[in-house]
Parts: sequence; structure tokens; C-alpha cells
Amino acid sequence: MNKLRSAAEAISQIQSGMTIGIGGWGPRRKPMALVRELLRTDVTDLTVVAYGGADIGLLCASGKVKKLVFAFVSLDFIPLEPHFRAARQAGEIEVMEVDEGMLLLGLRAAAWGCPYIPTQIGLGTDVIRNSPDLKLVDSPYDDKEWVAMPALNLDVSLIHVERADSRGVCQIKGPDLYMDDLYARAAKHTIVSCDELVDTDYFHAGDEARYVHWERAQTDAVVHIPGGAHPSSCTPLYGFDVAHFKEYAGSAKDERGIAGYLDKYVSGLTEDDYQHAVGGLDAIRALPLPVY
Amino acid sequence: MTDTAASDYTLAELMIVAGAECFRGEGEVLATGIGALQRLAASLAMRTFCPDLMMTDSEAWLLSAPNAVSGRKPGAAQAQETWMGFSRIFDNVWSGKRHALVGPSQIDVFAQTNISALGGTYAQPKAMMLGVRGFPGNSISHRNSFMVPSHSTRVFVDGECDTVCSIGYNPARLPRGYSFDDIKIGRVITDLCVIDWGGRNYSPRLVSTHPGISVDQVVENTGFTLEINGEPPLTPAPTPEQLAIIAELDPKGIRAFQLKDNPAGDRR
Repeated sequence: MNKLRSAAEAISQIQSGMTIGIGGWGPRRKPMALVRELLRTDVTDLTVVAYGGADIGLLCASGKVKKLVFAFVSLDFIPLEPHFRAARQAGEIEVMEVDEGMLLLGLRAAAWGCPYIPTQIGLGTDVIRNSPDLKLVDSPYDDKEWVAMPALNLDVSLIHVERADSRGVCQIKGPDLYMDDLYARAAKHTIVSCDELVDTDYFHAGDEARYVHWERAQTDAVVHIPGGAHPSSCTPLYGFDVAHFKEYAGSAKDERGIAGYLDKYVSGLTEDDYQHAVGGLDAIRALPLPVY
Repeated sequence: MTDTAASDYTLAELMIVAGAECFRGEGEVLATGIGALQRLAASLAMRTFCPDLMMTDSEAWLLSAPNAVSGRKPGAAQAQETWMGFSRIFDNVWSGKRHALVGPSQIDVFAQTNISALGGTYAQPKAMMLGVRGFPGNSISHRNSFMVPSHSTRVFVDGECDTVCSIGYNPARLPRGYSFDDIKIGRVITDLCVIDWGGRNYSPRLVSTHPGISVDQVVENTGFTLEINGEPPLTPAPTPEQLAIIAELDPKGIRAFQLKDNPAGDRR
């Protein structure tokens, strides 16, 4: 089955009102080119589930988000994501704010077809007070109370990987796959962008197949976008773009907010235009890997 | 290691040494320091009196020996012993075999902390910070200690935190089936003093003051009442050996940029 699509074709699956999940973590291996494609559509009223970075800031600032399910939104070296903050501080978005591990459990529950997974996480905190979606349950096995972390069922997931074949076999060789396997499994429809498109026999050699973390039946569309995680990192292929993130974050202080950034990099432009504006694919691939 | 105190050290180095003490007595637990001083504190503990601690590279590997916090080149060799991506971190957290040293925006009398919404309403906060991150799960699973670079009533708040991100010793929030013994709070290391919750009925207590800091200064800058038993001892100064290890762990000296104006450790 050939799952190769253009970014626009793949993103056309997303409709207003849907719940979408976005893989990666903060400024790390985010499917940013797919997010930019989503920004170019007139889709709105999304519920978005993510370990958030600039993906969330951009979607919030562009008015795409009705509700955010999150544990944090951060660019790491710029700890506070300014566009997300602005949306929260203006009271523009609904939120379900959960612990990082609860988000994992919600994705896992969706992947496993469970209505919820019981956990002690959140007890004694405002997480359970602030989210009407979170219920406490009794256990049939003890007398404690438990948080019932509900399944985070996703309509569509967006993920960026290092390489894939046209059948949807996806490889992440960077040191952390984050929760991307769970995003793939929690969604009805998973769209994966890849830096490198390879033939199927690439995976037959050595231990290449050990770095494939979900089976191809969980991948519905493959979009070949070299550099597609920029400005986030795609270790070991390239690091995150510090200068670009600074410009992005700085735009929050502009009179027009994000509009100037979007005009320069996204609105009415193609991904080729974007890559040209940020110095080209060679410049992206030359970005130094982060040292933590 | 000798007990001879160094005479020339910075406040950052004093706080690193005091932060390392948070881990004393811990065995094989994952020591996680978030922030440069916190990481240096955990690393110093692992390099000296807590050799069984576990530590990550702050990315995806568990290390047999801590990495330097500065001056490392991309892809430099490190003593990695186990894969430890984020999903496995949660397996570790929920096992309880972890102790985190972190820096909240607010801490209250119950040892509850906040790194999320400040002021305003929850629907429209005055200042949105990071989000709760892993604080709820950390706090109910394992011991947590805290570092505060600027001790003030803005951090040590009067009343509860604006958003309670981590469970503490608040009777009104104690979950059914739990007792305060299930909640493990370590210490708070600030730029003025060390605090723990070892007072009567888990109340906050002044453990030590840093050289040159008065009890009155601590009291003035704390929005809740601290248990103070007589004249508290001085926070121990770093030893020359400790300073040498800290310098080795931070060859580029980023510790000098973590506190405003990089004050001297002894302010007498």
C-alpha cells in the first residue's frame, strides 16, 4: 500500500472540531512542517493534545485551538512559550492541564481501548480540581481513591520521524522516541512526516528494524519533508534552531503579535519558501545537535 | 575528604553543597536536578557521599558518572549504562526510586508548590508559567527537594499557592487512604537559608541560615511562619575538595550566572 501524500493532501484529513495529537517534546522532533500546513488551512476549533512547544504556540496564536490538553508548553532554553502564555493570559483557550505522566496514561488508554487508567497522580493537587474532565474512582482492591485518567482518543496524530518507507514503516534512531508510538496508536488516523524516504529493504539490514517503534498499520499517511522538524530538533540529523526560536519568541512583543512571523514564514507560502527563508536545507542539516 | 571549610566561595557554590545534602542517605535512586545549580548539587552528591545515586544525561541515557553541566561538545562520550527516554522516566518515577531537586515559582506553608498559573483566575491567569509538568506525579511518588534563587514572600506565599501543582502536608487535600507519612518532602535551599518540614506536625522549620544572613531576614521574606528553635546553625561552607569537584563538573563556570550578581557565599 502506497501511503505517500503531499503535506496538503495529508492535512486535508483534519476538520474543524477534531481532536489532534502532536508528537515530539517541547522543541524536540516536532512535525513542524505539518503544523505549518495546518496553519494554512481554515480549520478551527481544534482540541490539541501535546507535550507542547512552538507547535502549540503557533496554533494558539493563529486561533486554531479551542481546547488544549497539556502538561507544559516550553521551548526548554526559552522556558516560557510566549504565544501560549498570551493565549492563556487572555483567557482564549480551554485547558485540561495534566501531569506529563497522566498525558502518557491517557494516550495509552486510548491505544489500549480502555476508558481510563487509574493512577495516584494528581491526588492532592489542583489538577483534579481544575479539570472537570477528571474523575476520582474507588478501587475494587483497596480503600484508596484513584484518579481515572480518561483515554485521550485522537482523530488525527501528527508525527515527524527520521525516515520511513512509502508503506508507513517509520524509524526513529534519535535517543528518545518520546511518546510518539502512543500518539500513533491513540489516533484513528496518523500522519507521519519523514526527513528521509527509504526503500523497504533499508530496514532489512543489521538492526535497523530495532528502531521501528510501531507497526505500519498505525501509520496512514507518509509525507516526505526533509528538514520537516525545523525549527525543532531531529537528533541525530540536526539540532534545534536557537536563532529562529528567538525570532519566533520575540514576535510576541511585536505590535502585530505573531502576524509578522506568519507573513514571513507561513501564510500564502510553501514549505520550500519556508526553507529558503530559513537558509535552506543544508543550513538546517548543519544546525548543531543540542548538548544538555 | 576533610571537613576544613574553604574561605573563598560563592553563594552559588554554597547552595550547590547544601543542595547535595538533600540526597544524603538516599541509596539507588534517580537524582534529578532541574537547572544548573540543582544538577550540580545532585552530581556533587553522586561524586562524593552518595555514589549509588543514578543520574541521566538530561536527555535519554542513564549515566554511571555525571556529565559536566558545561563545556561538553555535541556527541561527546559519556558513561551511559541504560536507555532512559522520557517514557521510562515515568516507570522510574512511579517506582518511587527517585528524588528530584527542582525550582518552583511558589511554595506554601504545606510544602505545596506551583510552576503553572499565577494570579488572576485559572481560566485567565495573570502570568502563565510552564504548566504542572511532572510535579503532581513526582510529589505523590517520591521525595522532592527545592531550590529557590531569590527568597521572598512572592515565592514563599501567605496562604496556598495560586495553583497547587504538587501534593504537600495540607490536611484539607489529603486523599482518602493516605497519611502525611506517604508524602516525602526534602529540603528547600534558598539564597538565604535551608528549610525543611520536620517541625511539629510537618510544619516548616528553619534548618540553617547562610553565613551573614539573620533569622529576621528569613522571617521577613517568608510569607508563612517558620518553626525556629533557638539560634539556627550556619549552613556548612564548601570544602576545598567539594569546590574542586564542582569546578570539574562545571568547567565553563555557568554557576556564576545563576544568581543575580553572583554574590559571595559568606556575607558576614
